[in-house]
Amino acid sequence: MRGWKLVAEEFTPKIIGFTCNWCTYAAADLAGTSRMQYPPNLRLVRVMCSGRVSPEFVLKAFQLGADGVFIGGCHLGDCHYIHGNFKAITRYYLLKKMLQQFGIEPERVRFNFISAAEGEAFTQAVKDFTEQLKRLGPLRPSGGEGSGEA
Amino acid sequence: MGKPKIACYWAASCGGCDVSVLDIGSKLADIVEQVEIVFWPIALDFKYKDVEAMPDQSIDICLFNGGIRNEENEHMAKLLRRKSKILIAYGACAYLGGILGLANLATLKELFSRVYRETPSTVNPENTVPQPTVKVKEGELKLSPLLEYLKPLNEVVEVDYYIPGCPPIGEKAWEALIALIKGEKPPKGTVLTADERTVCDSCPRVKEEKKIKELKRIYQVIPDPEKCFLEQGIICMGPATRGGCDAQCIKAGLPCKGCFGPAPNVEDQGARMLSALASIVEVNSEEEAKRFAESVADPAGTFYLFSLPSSMLKRRVK
Ligand code: FES
Repeated sequence: MRGWKLVAEEFTPKIIGFTCNWCTYAAADLAGTSRMQYPPNLRLVRVMCSGRVSPEFVLKAFQLGADGVFIGGCHLGDCHYIHGNFKAITRYYLLKKMLQQFGIEPERVRFNFISAAEGEAFTQAVKDFTEQLKRLGPLRPSGGEGSGEA
Repeated sequence: MGKPKIACYWAASCGGCDVSVLDIGSKLADIVEQVEIVFWPIALDFKYKDVEAMPDQSIDICLFNGGIRNEENEHMAKLLRRKSKILIAYGACAYLGGILGLANLATLKELFSRVYRETPSTVNPENTVPQPTVKVKEGELKLSPLLEYLKPLNEVVEVDYYIPGCPPIGEKAWEALIALIKGEKPPKGTVLTADERTVCDSCPRVKEEKKIKELKRIYQVIPDPEKCFLEQGIICMGPATRGGCDAQCIKAGLPCKGCFGPAPNVEDQGARMLSALASIVEVNSEEEAKRFAESVADPAGTFYLFSLPSSMLKRRVK
């Protein structure tokens, strides 16, 4: 129900983002203070490290109605906790593979390495992701309310 | 007061749960003395109409095994809920959906076409597919229609307690039953016969450092019998799974498959296992991370072997 009406109007994807305190969240901050523009579709959650992002967070977001989930962390080698983003990226690829089995397009999860200095890269990632999700259309979660039959 | 009345029922299950009830051997004879079994399709000749005729709440404890896959399952779940004081989801299928729940990754249409047309062993030139009703010369035959997806018992009715396992451990299950009969009242929703910790906590294997380069499948290697499976690169569901099984499989040389369901405070067993596994892999580049992910043959089927219908996503989304 939820999704179809929105498609007819213009679909505005809901994106939940998890960004690490030390790099990507700082980049988002920089984008903000520099008054860079980017789509308002992203709701950002700050975590200490991308390694903190459990796949359960991603599934929960989908369950509660997100159309896409964005994860941002430091560049490999720059993680404040040394190996956090290596763990994160391994989870990410494995999760993508698993989501496919559930019929969820793997492109609905996106991981970017964005340093604290890269406000521009952050806004570009959000723009690209929003566009991509618009093309994919809404995801109808089967777990939460508003679920539709496949 | 007469003897406590017990009922056992099977819905979408393999029959192993019913057998586990008998697992205690000759002790069963003593127990049967103490209780009155009023309904048990696999063992005793009662009919559905006998259950319908019972007053509401007249069964003291009902052990319900199997998931809810067709209308008959759902009807019986509702009927037995009404007739029972205590309803227990018995075994992985009733509790979590179980192995049959893996079919939730396909739609009903795909399932039928796979089973009745595509599998290599199918020979079906006339395209015969079971129908809910069929006319034969003696009259009309009816088969309960399948539901679109399999559900765990608690999605259809209120459940008082859970007994995990594929199958449950008969001995422990009876102990739990006797305790309930004696009037013990654990909080509603308690997972009986289980630990509040993970399988790893009761695993006797030596655990050192968890760091692996690649996965091995159990047929590819002869595992070290003393060492943690995960440390040998063999997927073991221990970290995400509730203990209480005394690590039976592990002691017998097989990694945990996860049949006791999510460990306490774990909302999604599969996601938790995925996370645990990815954390112990040593990767030095994005490429290596990708390659590792590709090497996991069937993530959903491995991590949710018993719990898919009760996981966060529950089934195929689209
Ligand atoms: S702190 Fe930024 S990814 Fe770990």
